[in-house]
Amino acid sequence: MLTIGLTHYLVVAAVLFTLGIAGIILNRKNIIVILMSVELILLAVNLNFVAFSQSLADLTGQVFALFVLTVAAAEAAIGLAILVAFYRNRGTIAVEDINSLKG
Amino acid sequence: MPFFVQLAHHFLPETILAVGVMALILIGAFRGERGFGLVDEMAVGILGIALVAIVLSSTPDTSIFDGAYIDDGFSRFMKALTLIGAIVSILLSVDWLQRNGLEKFEYPVLIMLSTLGMLLLISADNLIALYLGLELMSLALYVMAAFARDDGRSSEAGLKYFVLGALSSGMMLYGASLLYGFSGTVSFAGIAAVVSTSAPIGVIFGLVFVLAALAFKMSAAPFHMWTPDVYQGAPTPVTAFFASAAKMAAVAITVRIVITAFPGVKDQWRQIIIFIAIASMLLGSFAAIGQENIKRLMAYSSIGHMGFALIGLAAGDEAGVRGVAIYLTIYLIMTLGTFAAILAMRVEGRYVENVSDLAGLSRTNSWMAFFLAMLMFSLAGVPPLAGFFAKYYVLLAAVDAGLFGLAVIGVLASAVAAYYYLRVVKVMYFDEPAPAFDRAPMALRAVLGASTLALLGFWVYPSPVMDAAAAAAKSLF
Repeated sequence: MLTIGLTHYLVVAAVLFTLGIAGIILNRKNIIVILMSVELILLAVNLNFVAFSQSLADLTGQVFALFVLTVAAAEAAIGLAILVAFYRNRGTIAVEDINSLKG
Repeated sequence: MPFFVQLAHHFLPETILAVGVMALILIGAFRGERGFGLVDEMAVGILGIALVAIVLSSTPDTSIFDGAYIDDGFSRFMKALTLIGAIVSILLSVDWLQRNGLEKFEYPVLIMLSTLGMLLLISADNLIALYLGLELMSLALYVMAAFARDDGRSSEAGLKYFVLGALSSGMMLYGASLLYGFSGTVSFAGIAAVVSTSAPIGVIFGLVFVLAALAFKMSAAPFHMWTPDVYQGAPTPVTAFFASAAKMAAVAITVRIVITAFPGVKDQWRQIIIFIAIASMLLGSFAAIGQENIKRLMAYSSIGHMGFALIGLAAGDEAGVRGVAIYLTIYLIMTLGTFAAILAMRVEGRYVENVSDLAGLSRTNSWMAFFLAMLMFSLAGVPPLAGFFAKYYVLLAAVDAGLFGLAVIGVLASAVAAYYYLRVVKVMYFDEPAPAFDRAPMALRAVLGASTLALLGFWVYPSPVMDAAAAAAKSLF
């Protein structure tokens, strides 16, 4: 029978992290999708912390994961607020329209 | 040590700021729109008290809060620079905010919250404190970049900064999770003990992720892509704050983490730092050549300067860290002076920000032209101005550490960078005059004059900065 060990958790977390990064870089459509990708990255990080914490028999990792959860909530709130301000000024949240600053 | 004793002896500036900012939020909430002037002045006062508390404290280096936080000479030096940057940024902003209808009490409150985050970041001694300090600093900075909420460019700058900043926080956290998992601890000293001789591959991966995220926060190439857009789009006083105080904190924590947590794998991180330094110097020199917008020009200039500061870190010894501390001090003075000049660029009530708007300034406003020319010479590193000595000490440390190639590239990059600084001087002194600027408010003229005097005076009397920087570097080793 297959036992689920630390390596399995780390692989899942690495895949989620890569998906999150790819979602930010490859996404050409919508900024909401970028916010979702950021959440995916933080999820991967939390999975890592909890898995390491379990395997090291050390609580610090779980404490860190709780801090990450709270800060991520604040970060998402600020991101959405900035997004609303942007939408009011431009009337769009498409990624290709964020282009008035360049050079 | 009892909790309150720790608080009073080693956490005093942070306590002052934290309590002060909460009081200011209340004052602002009760007084509403009329509260700006009072909150602004009180913010300067509270930051000033925190600065005095740091300068006067002479406690021995102490680790507090169960090793999460360290109060040492290096942190005091960098905190003093950060607080000076924050105070001057507030002083520079008042007139601009009032003329643009943005005199809201949230502005000084956000600057104070962000500064509090920077102080926590500078003194962080484990990964959790590092993350919390970094986020407290960044979350306030995202909002400040988008502060002119009816201006599309400002909200675009805020959005870009937020998306890329969140990405870099995620990378920092992933690196932190790997460091924790493969070393079994989050404290810098604990990590240093685990990797004292050789490091597991997971720790090296974690180090790369953390350094990439910190390079992003200090806008070093190849993680600089947000810098020009955000500097140009954000309100000018906010840009001044980004370019001064925020950089101090980001460089300080980078120095602390590689020196105190990874002394055993110096060869590995040195390669990364050398690469970042070379990439930043070259990009800062070449990409700035074609820029017309002076805020964008300063963005590329700051990327190049971060590359130079990292030369000292690449040396990785006490002389190198002393070089970084001196470099940051002089860079702070030059940046604040230059942004005072940029904020004074106002024609018939309208703010302008192109290099061509400076044309013929020597005939319309000879003092401002002289001060700005001195700042540009100093940024380019022309002796005997302070900018030359800043470069001299980091390059000296690199040569002593045997990094000849890095030093040669640094000198060549600064020769290229001199072109665009001297172009500003040429435009001011030899081009046909553009419309004259309005009379600048007292605060801007005072900061411009004082920073120029400091740059000229460093040559005559460098010992206060030199001694403080040497003491700061000593406490890290």
